[in-house]
Amino acid sequence: MVRRPSPRAYVAQWVFLAGLVAVSGLLIMNLGANLARRNMQFGFGFLAEKAGFDIPFKLIDWTLFDIYAKALLVSLLNTLLVSAMSIATATLLGLLVGIMRLSINWLVRNLALGFVEFVRNTPQLVQIIFWYLAVLQTLPPPRQSLVLPGGFLLNIRGLYVPNLVIAAGDSALPWIAGLLVVATPFAWRLKIGERRLGAFALALPVIALLLSNLAIEQVQVPALKGFNIAGGVQVPPELVALWAGLSIYATAFIAEIVRSSIEAVPKGQREAALSLGLRPVRVLFLVVLPQALRIMVPQMTSQYLNLIKSSTLGAAIAYPEIFQIFAGTVMNHTGKEVEIIIVVMAVFLVINLLFSAFMNWYNRHVALVER
Amino acid sequence: MSAEAPAEALPGGGLGGLIGGPQGGPARVVDWLRRNLFSSVTNTLLTLLVLLLLYLVVPPFFGWAITNATVSGDTKDACTGDGACWTFIKLRLHTFFWGHYPDDELWRLFTALALLIAFAFPVMRERTRHRGLFVVLLTVFPLLAGVLLVGGIAGLPFVDTNLWGGLMLDIIISFVTVAGALPLGILLALGRRSQLPVIRIFSIGFIELWRGVPLLTVLFMSAVMVPLFLPYGVSIDRLIRAMVAFTLFNAAYMAETVRGGLQGVPVEQEEAAYSVGLKWWQVQVFVTLPQALRIVVPGIVNNIVDLFKDTSLVTIIGLADLLGAVNQSLKDPAWLGLAKEGYVFTAVLFFVCCFSMSSYGRRFERRLNRHRAGGT
Repeated sequence: MVRRPSPRAYVAQWVFLAGLVAVSGLLIMNLGANLARRNMQFGFGFLAEKAGFDIPFKLIDWTLFDIYAKALLVSLLNTLLVSAMSIATATLLGLLVGIMRLSINWLVRNLALGFVEFVRNTPQLVQIIFWYLAVLQTLPPPRQSLVLPGGFLLNIRGLYVPNLVIAAGDSALPWIAGLLVVATPFAWRLKIGERRLGAFALALPVIALLLSNLAIEQVQVPALKGFNIAGGVQVPPELVALWAGLSIYATAFIAEIVRSSIEAVPKGQREAALSLGLRPVRVLFLVVLPQALRIMVPQMTSQYLNLIKSSTLGAAIAYPEIFQIFAGTVMNHTGKEVEIIIVVMAVFLVINLLFSAFMNWYNRHVALVER
Repeated sequence: MSAEAPAEALPGGGLGGLIGGPQGGPARVVDWLRRNLFSSVTNTLLTLLVLLLLYLVVPPFFGWAITNATVSGDTKDACTGDGACWTFIKLRLHTFFWGHYPDDELWRLFTALALLIAFAFPVMRERTRHRGLFVVLLTVFPLLAGVLLVGGIAGLPFVDTNLWGGLMLDIIISFVTVAGALPLGILLALGRRSQLPVIRIFSIGFIELWRGVPLLTVLFMSAVMVPLFLPYGVSIDRLIRAMVAFTLFNAAYMAETVRGGLQGVPVEQEEAAYSVGLKWWQVQVFVTLPQALRIVVPGIVNNIVDLFKDTSLVTIIGLADLLGAVNQSLKDPAWLGLAKEGYVFTAVLFFVCCFSMSSYGRRFERRLNRHRAGGT
């Protein structure tokens, strides 16, 4: 095919490498000298030291006596939490807006277009700060909470969600229910003898629903008590704002992916389905979307990765995710700038690698087989 | 919701169709409405739903932003209505646009802007004579603008970059980043396809490293980590460090865009070029890149829009770009509680800039497709 590079080029690349090594060496020597001047040493030993600060929002237990390594875990879970919430929301909304973009209804189509254009052309950070400072921080105090449908309360302290209290003896049931839901798509493809289980797999989520109903002892609805809200789970305003900012921004991008993927499904598929007498809605859900969903997997992967990386913007509104805790609090406490940046970057590289590996595997399984 | 392809636009389509179009009549309007809004029961319901939504959102917003808003006055006391207090924005406009750049030296800023428009416009236009000349001018522009804005030579008083801010800072950072990241990205894209193992592995590693980490970590690296790697006593301006971070980070993204274009150039082109005896660099510069770059202009424009939006992140490392200037102004005790005004203004300003850029990208793409359909 293309000619082999000349011998001179082969030599040149080694010269390039030597230069690279020399520059890196020089920089590292500088680092050593600078750290020595500050009486500090390079190393990750600080991760085993006691942290001694509080983390305002956490999914697992955290005390002042825990070590920095555990702070890494706590903040990583916060990052993953907001990313997972936003990915789920953005995917659903993106699907909706993407379909709206192709509606035959002029108003619906252009409403979606306007939304996509406005959101895509304003910085994500501005949106997140807007949600936090201009919306959530201007909400009324608990006494005048906004009452949302489904028993949700919204006020300046955040969003209050009804809490499901699990009976003491039945703590395993919700897990089993969760597993059943996860297993459903696999059961769908399961073959027993010659036949696939198919729609029978839908029995699983139904069983899961029954099981979780059994396990729930009572539903605690948040309500005003004195000056504060009692009952329910409090979602802090930082999390709500970051969630809104990340999901709405990603929705606009995902909508465009959905639109282009639907348009990429060969026209003949839709025409054939319509000519069989299927109604347009069924054509969409049974013929076009299943193919479009496969086409969009690689693009969605990069959107999801962008979203996970953007969750670091939570630092601007003090949501305790990994960047805010490490590049903020921990850096102030320890002064280990270089190590901390390396740790945070490494965490994101690992998330990136694992997530891409998973999505590539998934893509290989679902990709349309080209003839 | 129906997923059928959008109904064929009428000639004069869009809103033009709604108000009758150039040669419209009442019958056309009714026909348009029936086809686009009321073609079936579901469709009618959707139309009504959207109208209800618009009714709930649009009038209150207009009431807040325009009808009940205050623009006059010099203090917060002027804002008595329940609408927006644009007085605040009006009084801070200079900070939001160019930070604390000295008033006496503003002409330098405007000269730079005028030069930029004068150089960029001919390059962007479809039909231009001497496009090459203007591309060269645009390439030397950052140097020219740097001298003009920083000063300190040729009788121009020195203006510290600490005084730079507002939208001007976003634009400057973007411009420097594009000027640095595009050539670097092209080199990296070529490097990734190189047959030299060291070059290839370095390019892949470089690209994937920056694409794998959040921009914020890269900015923090420039802000707190880089000073530690410099020899004792040497310091680099904070703004320049941030610009370098932006350049490296975006070079990785540009490299991937350019690589897409390189893959779109038929292999025969390169083979033919080699067979007439051209060297590697001649093939790349005269044959492959001109074709590849033309394909990727829309992608590059997208990259530029993204990086322009990303410049707002410098707020977090303490530079007062548009968002940072707004943040600071909102903390002024005399003007508390105006977050809505501040961030709506910021969003709209960014939107105007980004939307015009992405529209240009789309227009270019259409032009490209037309050429392709017509030519070859």
